[in-house]
Amino acid sequence: MSSQANPTVTHGGHDVPHQPVFVGETLARLEALYPKYPTKMACLLPALWMVQEARGWISEPAINEVAEVLELTPAYVKGVVTFYTMYHTHPVGRHFIQVCTTSPCNICGAEDVVKALLQATGCGELGATSPDGRFTVIEVECLGACGFPTPILIDDDFIESVTPASVPGLLQRYA
Amino acid sequence: MADELVNVTIEGMTLSVPKGTTIIEAAKQAGVLVPHYCYHPSLPSPAVCRMCLVEVEKAPKLMPACVTAVAEGQVVHVNSDTAKQAREGVLEFLLINHPLDCPICDQSGECELQDYVFQEGRAGTRYQEYAKRYNPVEDFGQDILYVPNRCILCTRCVRFMDDVAHAPILNVSERGDRAFIGISESQRLDHPWAGNVVDLCPVGSLLSKDFLHKARAWDLDKTASVCPGCTQGCNINIDTRDDVVVRIRPRPNVEVNRHFICDYGRMNYRWMNRGDRIEAPLVRDGARHVATDWDTALARLEQVLRGASGSAVILASGRASTESLGLVRRLLERFTVTAALQVPLGDEAPLAGIPDLALRRERAPNLVGGQLLGYSADWTSALRQAASAAVVVVLDADLTPADQAALAGAPGVVVVLGTVLPDGLRDAELVLPVTTMAEENGTYVNRDRRIQRFLQAKSQPGMARPAWWVAGEVLAGPGPSADAPSTAAEAFQMLGEWWPVFAGLTHADLGFTGRVVGSAAPAAAVGGMAR
Amino acid sequence: MGYPHPSHPKETVVLSQYFGDAGARTYDGWVERGGYAALRKALGMTREALIEEVKASGLRGRGGAGFPTGLKWSFMPKEVVRPHYLVCNADESEPGTFKDREIMRWTPHALIEGCAVAAYAIGAERCYIYIRGEFTEPWRIMSAAVEEAYARGGLGGNALGSGKRVDIVLHRGAGAYICGEETAMMNSLEGKRGNPRIKPPFPAVSGVFGMPTTINNVETLAAVPHIINRGAAWYKSLCLGNPKSTGTKLISICGHIQRPGNYEVTMGTPLKEILYDMAGGPRPGRTIKAVIPGGSSVPIMTRDEAEAALFDYEGIVEKGSMLGSAGLIVMDDTTDMVYQIWRLARFYAHESCAQCTQCREGTAWTTKVLERILAGKGKQADFQLLLDLSENMTGKTICVLSDSCAAPVVSGIQKFRSEFEAYMAGSREPAMAAV
Repeated sequence: MSSQANPTVTHGGHDVPHQPVFVGETLARLEALYPKYPTKMACLLPALWMVQEARGWISEPAINEVAEVLELTPAYVKGVVTFYTMYHTHPVGRHFIQVCTTSPCNICGAEDVVKALLQATGCGELGATSPDGRFTVIEVECLGACGFPTPILIDDDFIESVTPASVPGLLQRYA
Repeated sequence: MADELVNVTIEGMTLSVPKGTTIIEAAKQAGVLVPHYCYHPSLPSPAVCRMCLVEVEKAPKLMPACVTAVAEGQVVHVNSDTAKQAREGVLEFLLINHPLDCPICDQSGECELQDYVFQEGRAGTRYQEYAKRYNPVEDFGQDILYVPNRCILCTRCVRFMDDVAHAPILNVSERGDRAFIGISESQRLDHPWAGNVVDLCPVGSLLSKDFLHKARAWDLDKTASVCPGCTQGCNINIDTRDDVVVRIRPRPNVEVNRHFICDYGRMNYRWMNRGDRIEAPLVRDGARHVATDWDTALARLEQVLRGASGSAVILASGRASTESLGLVRRLLERFTVTAALQVPLGDEAPLAGIPDLALRRERAPNLVGGQLLGYSADWTSALRQAASAAVVVVLDADLTPADQAALAGAPGVVVVLGTVLPDGLRDAELVLPVTTMAEENGTYVNRDRRIQRFLQAKSQPGMARPAWWVAGEVLAGPGPSADAPSTAAEAFQMLGEWWPVFAGLTHADLGFTGRVVGSAAPAAAVGGMAR
Repeated sequence: MGYPHPSHPKETVVLSQYFGDAGARTYDGWVERGGYAALRKALGMTREALIEEVKASGLRGRGGAGFPTGLKWSFMPKEVVRPHYLVCNADESEPGTFKDREIMRWTPHALIEGCAVAAYAIGAERCYIYIRGEFTEPWRIMSAAVEEAYARGGLGGNALGSGKRVDIVLHRGAGAYICGEETAMMNSLEGKRGNPRIKPPFPAVSGVFGMPTTINNVETLAAVPHIINRGAAWYKSLCLGNPKSTGTKLISICGHIQRPGNYEVTMGTPLKEILYDMAGGPRPGRTIKAVIPGGSSVPIMTRDEAEAALFDYEGIVEKGSMLGSAGLIVMDDTTDMVYQIWRLARFYAHESCAQCTQCREGTAWTTKVLERILAGKGKQADFQLLLDLSENMTGKTICVLSDSCAAPVVSGIQKFRSEFEAYMAGSREPAMAAV
């Protein structure tokens, strides 16, 4: 059943064989977290972040791997992954753009920023990846920077006060 | 449970209940049903469906009855205007995405959404000109189908798998009104107790493939029985339609199986519908069998037994009732008897979250009953003895062709009390048709020495009679006799005359939750079940 | 400070003193600015004394609920039998609110110090700071600051040489507004779906990992060192008449306003002063039409109501709304109220966790009704429908997300009915296509 929390993209990635994420340094980073929580289950969100950092998204085999490492069931992990909207269950563009359009930003032109981004990236519509694989743009809810409309996240870069005019220059920084 | 009692008034009735009792359970004692979905006495309560909100005087908000404990002097209104309005609201919300599937939905007629909407829902919908949420049907594996469109997200299924089966195979996926019950592609719902989620589902969202489109709930006759699958003795209901068994479902018994049965027991009913039954009593006439009436057959049986002496062997099915095992044993009192029960073995499958509940290795419901009556489980030894016994009584046992051949070649007289004619016993002296446990009243004794009644669920085919009747008639002698038991209850009482462990007990005493017998009954059998 | 604007004379600068001052981010920089003195002092006090001091100050939760902080701390078991935990709620996701991120990215050590004092006061050796996943910059800054605090001995097994253990663990959220609800946050910390829990049991009895837990907001914790340093009486004196609302509040102002930003005011400051004097009033040529004072989960106020209100917990209630997280959303006369109410309903529908029937289905249905109205297909009966749905969504669920969806809808219909009717009558162009 497709996830509707994160709009789907149809680029490849599902067919790439899964290489374990939790080896070497990544495994060491995860294991360093164990003493900080009374249960392994509590390390689930951090572990999922590590997967997404390594692979760009969280595939079904990755879910199975996380489940095995943390001694949980795949169904359990999947239930958690699909609850939180920042985890991608499908591949996305190289750069993932999240635009706040909730009311405080909405009344300050956020929807125009969305239109500008969709055009400048070539994505055309929300949730789609641009033909060159560079960008995916989605609308998100309040990003907690309401005094600096419109804030957007490009990957982990939090950029404030974006306007339609500033969009093209902004995107140039992302290959 | 604390001994301290709390007085509470529910719907005008004042009652005293133990401290810590929830309002919903206290209300049951007052005979008031608080409508609910997600609550279930055998599952942890999350209070998510919001259907059980009741008005509690002096409380600022409506309280969920399933998790609110009673307090001294509390006054609760289940059917006040505000409570009913809240329920009407919940029902309206549930119906906006719920499809009007009743005409094609298996749950129709036993659906809690139907029931409550009919009782107190709105007559018409206000959700017009909007599309309903749609997701395709999913096969969860083994026997279970999931119809997401009908799901009301009560999460009983998820909680059952998590907290009772200890196998978190189901999840809630997504968020908000996009949520549905999910499963991982790398796992299937093939847990040995997974079928219970179909019973737990209040609507027709989780369905049994075995039962799919088989029968309408209102066409079913429901009979209290005991599962013939293993020595656990789970209480069941046998659902029949036009005298055919179509479904087995659990019947609640806090001491034995709470609200659950395993999938093996659930699916173990097809043999009850076999059509290839022995239709009439058969007596040997030369090289062939001749069908005859019961009087003739019983007279021949009596004659055969009178003319034999020495050793006798009883080879009995593990599904034979206590009454039948007892009276047949009694019938051969003059002989040196070796009596054995057939006990197929299988893997044990516990229900992890409930103490003392498992699909047991011994797949014979009346093993303990037989043992109390002098039957052993040593099948091979009994078969060996049968090769030289004067009389062999086969009580509906499932014999291999090799065993049948051995018996056929043995010098003794073979009497078959059977449901299906064994091919290899065509020169048995007598072949008498008997009923299966689904076609008679009787009792089983489970592994905890709990005697439990089962009732007749379908009619006796042909001229079949219960095995205890056959034995009882011969014991009483020819002609009408007040000594011959005419009901299973009478047969059961006769057992008490010969086996002290049953003395003084009647069917009525057993009720429908059974009774543990014998001073050797382990304490765990009574107190071990978590309430 | 009306950051990013210069401090306004009418502000009371306490928490925001170093907003914009990059030097405040380092351990040494913070010590230079008076930091870690409160922690040193607190570690030498008893738990009871600390709790009494905070109680006396009148500090109330700054995340939105306004529950007295000292009282909340006192619910924790007096004796530590099982591990106690402090959870800092840095999940700031309430539309209109952007104050906690400023505290974290300008004065991370202020939060660290506040968490350490609070943890010690409630008998916890470990504090989890749950930071929403989107706050990448605060995360980086807090990570560096925590690392520094450990390296310099401010945290760890022998905090500031006191012999007592104070540990802080940063935990990253992953996109769920509902995780800002304290019981949902505990579930999320445990590695579960962010579902709110039923109460009882209360967190102080059985909280995160089933252990006694206190959850406090970032701003609440950042105020604690000031109370320890300057005393409860000082904090209590920061009050303009209503003794139940003391201290300062960081107000986030956004929307149609000249100088959006965070302003720190003494509780009880007239809202009119905040809007017009400090934040500069509406854009040129425009007038304020509506103000949502508490983040979006509270009733919408008209301009008149807002201008007459005093900005504290009771003052806003008096004018028909709630202070909440004090995220002030200002909407001027160009605002399409129906559209914005729809956008808020859509927000709540997206964020619903799906547990309670009324919230799961009601927020989505409300959104759909508003969409139809915006598409020009609305009818008079929709008013009663929306009000009925809102009533069914209020006071009947595990948490108040569905109540929060109902608040703008009910107050919007009450106070801006004509805008709805304009869509229904067709005198306003549809704002969206019908589905």
